[in-house]
This record gives sequence, structure tokens and C-alpha cells, in this order.
Amino acid sequence: MSVNPIISLRGVTKVYGEGPTAFQALKGVDLDIQQGDFVAVMGPSGSGKSTTMNILGCLDVPTGGTYLFKGHHVETLDRDQRALLRRRYLGFVFQGFNLLSRTTALENVELPLLYRGEDKKLRYDMGMAALDKVGLKDWWDHTPAELSGGQQQRVAIARAIVTQPDVLVADEPTGNLDSQRSIEIMELLTDLNRNSGITVLMVTHEPDMAAYARTIVHFRDGLVESIEEGVKA
Amino acid sequence: MLGTTVILAFRAINRHKLRSFLTTLGIIIGVAAVVTMVTLGNGATAAVREQISSLGANVLQLRPGQGFGRGGGGPRPPDFKPADLTAIENQLTGVRAVAPVVQSSGTAIYEGNNWSTTVYGTTSAYSEVQQWKVQDGRLFLPDEEEAGKSVCIIGNTVRTNLFQGAEPVGKRMRIKGVSCQVVGVLATRGQGGFGDQDDVVVMPIKFVQRRFTGDRDISQIMVAVDDAYDSATVQSSLEELMRERRKIKAGDQDNFNVFDTKQISDTLTGTTTILTQIVGAVAAISLLVGGIGIMNIMLVSVTERTREIGIRLAIGAVAREVLMQFLVEAIVLSCLGGLIGLFLALIASVAIAPLMQVPFLFDVKVNAIAFLFSAAIGVVFGYFPARRAAALNPIDALRHE
Ligand SMILES: Nc1ncnc2c1ncn2[C@@H]1O[C@H](COP(=O)(O)OP(=O)(O)OP(=O)(O)O)[C@@H](O)[C@H]1O
Ligand SMILES: [Mg+2]
Repeated sequence: MSVNPIISLRGVTKVYGEGPTAFQALKGVDLDIQQGDFVAVMGPSGSGKSTTMNILGCLDVPTGGTYLFKGHHVETLDRDQRALLRRRYLGFVFQGFNLLSRTTALENVELPLLYRGEDKKLRYDMGMAALDKVGLKDWWDHTPAELSGGQQQRVAIARAIVTQPDVLVADEPTGNLDSQRSIEIMELLTDLNRNSGITVLMVTHEPDMAAYARTIVHFRDGLVESIEEGVKA
Repeated sequence: MLGTTVILAFRAINRHKLRSFLTTLGIIIGVAAVVTMVTLGNGATAAVREQISSLGANVLQLRPGQGFGRGGGGPRPPDFKPADLTAIENQLTGVRAVAPVVQSSGTAIYEGNNWSTTVYGTTSAYSEVQQWKVQDGRLFLPDEEEAGKSVCIIGNTVRTNLFQGAEPVGKRMRIKGVSCQVVGVLATRGQGGFGDQDDVVVMPIKFVQRRFTGDRDISQIMVAVDDAYDSATVQSSLEELMRERRKIKAGDQDNFNVFDTKQISDTLTGTTTILTQIVGAVAAISLLVGGIGIMNIMLVSVTERTREIGIRLAIGAVAREVLMQFLVEAIVLSCLGGLIGLFLALIASVAIAPLMQVPFLFDVKVNAIAFLFSAAIGVVFGYFPARRAAALNPIDALRHE
């Protein structure tokens, strides 16, 4: 393992709610992730996988502990600073695709570039390149309603990688897809990891999918239970 | 950043046409209602002013008797004498013109057409007092007045009913059994507050006195007040003069009355102004309701679009940008609604004004205020739901169903 992990969690806790209804979802997570790794996160439902991913993705802040992302102490950053980190370094893929409805594939993919303030020509070129990478170049003017689940998830991946992020965070990206579609998505993620050097963090319940990863992190009751090397390592 | 949010706002409006339409509808109706009401109200006020000025601007009407609804039995108070007229002309200051009037009703006949009308016996000063203009032909010549010749000037109603298409000037018609020559036609004056002002035949007072009333009495004297003088002052000196001339002792009631047209003018103008204000207020409430409608739909749309907001925040939009997008959307929609509202108001006012017989008066100020108000509603009512949207945690927003 290299000495400078891109992501480093130390004693991270997360408490939801306050008072008697407060619930401690994370109880002190320590985790290092190296640049270029492909990590699968597994564990029973409610063990804190999504909570951890949201913190790693700078979507949420830990209640306690420290989170070092590319040298930034994320727990000290405000909303806007975290938004700018996401904009520059992170891409997201969700279980539910989360595309904008009534919006073409290309416009969905271009959206992060718009917030980056890129001009029209560059947005188009980069958007089409990203769609090409996920094999949907010919579907650029279709809205989500006109695409299959697998295609929608590939558009979501194109949107996540269009800004050439350092880290791709994917919470159960194949959770809503059949096994054939799932395999296609996993092959795509593997390709992005191998050939574009993107660090991939992925939550999954399925060992078949976890098998694509180089590192597998097991969660239980808000703690990291074990870390093992994947078959592809 | 502004460019980005403007693009995003327009995309959102374009993708949700029905929602956008419903949002603007409230403003459209509100603005259209306010502007139409106020425009028509202003037209009505102007129409009333116009009719009042058709009575003659600032004219004192001197009549025998104690005025409307006062004085009961007893002998009828005497009419005025030619000497009264001369006294007013010579002794009263602040007078622009004085015209005596004798009225008589009768039938006019021309080539088998009959028309029942009112004959005014007066002098050329009448046209100055009442600001009446002759549209065809001419006023009386001094020698016609002096000799009381049988000439007349007719109103347009008489012209239409008696002469039907024919040219009346120079023709002879009969009035109350006497032949007279038409020398002029009055310019149309329209429906005044006192009946059809075009249904008249005007003749030299001396002729009317000699042939119809049989004496030299004057039933009414019209005194036009010089603009430089206060009509109330002129009125009291006129009353003073008449009390003296009619030998009314101190403490006795006047047996004549002076009626100031400026009073009705002020009263009627005041009334229509109040009416315009009331109608405007009602319409303003509808504009406000329209604004609340915008806020409602914005609130609903924020709830409906919470997941979308979550997506935007997740991929790196700063809260400010989401706020801006919603604000721009709200402003664009309410300005658009405002413009459509102004346009509809224009159409409605132009269409309704003639039906109400009021002039169409385009009031830049009313239009500008209504437009700015609708834009302000967009900012205010767009801002609060937008702030709520932008304050959401991306995770909570994404989890929203
Ligand atoms: N916003 C929240 N408010 C309160 N409790 C929450 C919230 N989010 C998660 N939790 C709780 O925290 C715990 C961990 O949730 P988390 O979503 O991280 O689980 P998970 O490992 O992703 O489970 P799954 O496999 O079902 O997705 C759960 O018990 C959940 O009920
Ligand atoms: Mg989860």
C-alpha cells in the first residue's frame, strides 16, 4: 500500500437525529483508500454502507472523527466548499439513476459542465465523448423515459465521468438492473478504473459484482468488519 | 454563473409548460384586471369631465326661484329683465361672457318631417359661455340678433331627424308655426348629464321673445367666469347684485338662485375618481391573489422538484446557483405573465371602452406600475420557495420521493 491514500477516514462517527430518537449509524470507521483502487463495500442492510459513501462523496459530514480527501479536512468545510469539491473531483452514480426527467441524455451529461461554466462547444464535445464511452452516442437526444434501466444507468455513469473526476462513488449501481445489464455496468466501471485511472467506490450486495473489485470492505453495525483483497487484485 | 442559471431556468420553464402556464396565469389575470379596470376608470372619469366641460367650464347659472327642491307655494318669482343683463355685464368683475336664455319647446317641420325639440333664444355670447362650436354654416350676425331675425342654428339630432341626409344650411324650416332660415349646425356635443345636448334649435333671443314668449323677460342668465377669478367670489357678488336689483331686504330669502357648474364638476369628478380607486383596489387584490398563486405553485414545484434539486446539488451545484435558478424562473414567469396581462388589458380596454361610451386612455404609469408589481411579486414569491429549495441537504433531497 502506498503511503498517501486519496481518502482517509479516522474514527468517523455519524449520529442521525437528536435526543432519545438519535441513532448512531457509524461508530468509528477507519478506512484508507488508495488512488486508482476499485473498492466494493459490502455488508448487511443498515450496517452504514450508504452513510459512509455519502460522507466519502462529501454529500454529508461526519458527526465525529476526521475525513481527509486529497489533503482537505472535509469535516471542516462548509456546504459550498464541499459542493466545489464534488464539482471538481467526484462523480456519483445512484441506485435509482437520478437523471433529470424530460431532459435529453446529452443535456443530463452536460449538466456538471454547465455548473463548471464550460462553454457550449466544449460541453457538447465532452458530453458526446462521455456518451460514446458508455456506448450511447446514438441515444444522445433521448429522454430518460425513452431509455431502458441499463441505458439510464449508463447515462448516469457518463454524467459522473464527464468531468474526469478522481473518484467515482456508486451506491448499488446495479441494484435496479437484471444480471446481464449488471455485468455490462461492471465491465464499464472496470474499464473506467483500469483505463481512465478513476478510483471507484461501489456499494453492492452481490458477491458477483464485488468480484470485479480489487478491494472488498465489509461493514457490520456501523464499523468496518474486515478488508479483503478481491479476486481481480 | 448568471448565464448558467439563466440557461437552466429557461430549460426548466420550457420542459414544464403546463406548470409554467399555471404559474403565470395568476399574474396574467391579476395584471389584466388591474390595468383594464384602471384604464376604463380613467376613461370614465375623463368622459365625465368632458360632459361637464360641455356644460361650459365654470359657468354660473342664474335662475328665478329658490333652486332645486326649495321654496314651495306663493307667487312665481319674476323672471329677469334686460336691464339685469346689462347690469351684470357692466357692474360685475371677473366675468368673461354673459348670455341670456329663453327656452321654449315646440315642433320643427321640414318637408313633411316633424321633430319635437327645445328652442333656445339667446345671443352669440351663448356660444362663448357654453363653448359651443358651429360645425357647418355660421353664428348669428350682429344685425340678425339686433333685429331678432328669423334665423336658427340647429343641433345634430335635429339635423338628423328633420333633414335626414339633406344639407340644412340655407334651407328654410318651420318652428312652432313660424318659418325660419337655418344658418348653422352645432358641432356634436353628445349625451350630457342633462339630456341630449344636440336636440336643440338656437335662435336670436329677440325673435323668441317676440314670437313665442310674448314679453322681454329672460328666464335664465348664464355667466361665464373669467379663469383668473375665483368663481365663489364672483358668485357672491352676483348674488349681492341681484338682491339689490330685486329689492330683497336683509334677512329675506333670495327669490333667485345661482348654480355653479364647477360644483357638479368637482362632485362628479370626485365620485368617478373614488369609483376608479375602489375598482382599482379590488383589481389589486386579484393581482395579489395571483402572486400568492405563483408562490403556491413555486412551493409545490419545489416539493415536486426536490429530487431534481438533490441531483443538482450532488453533482456540484452551489446552493446559490440553485437559488438563482428558481429566482430567475420566477422572475421570467411573472414578467412574462405581466407582459401578457398588459397586452390582454390593452385588447380588453380597447374593446370595452366604446361599449361603455368612454374614451380609451392609455396610461403609461398604470401599465408600468402593474408590470413592475408583477415582477416584484415574482421576486418575492419566487425567492422564498427557492430559498427553501437551496437550503436542502443533497442527501435528504435525493431521498425525497
Ligand atoms: N437520514 C437518516 N435519518 C435517520 N436514520 C438514518 C438516516 N439515514 C440512515 N439512517 C439509519 O442509519 C443506518 C445505516 O443506514 P445506511 O443507509 O447507511 O445503511 P446501508 O448499509 O446503506 O443499508 P442498505 O444496504 O439497506 O442500503 C440505518 O439503520 C438507517 O436506518
Ligand atoms: Mg444503502
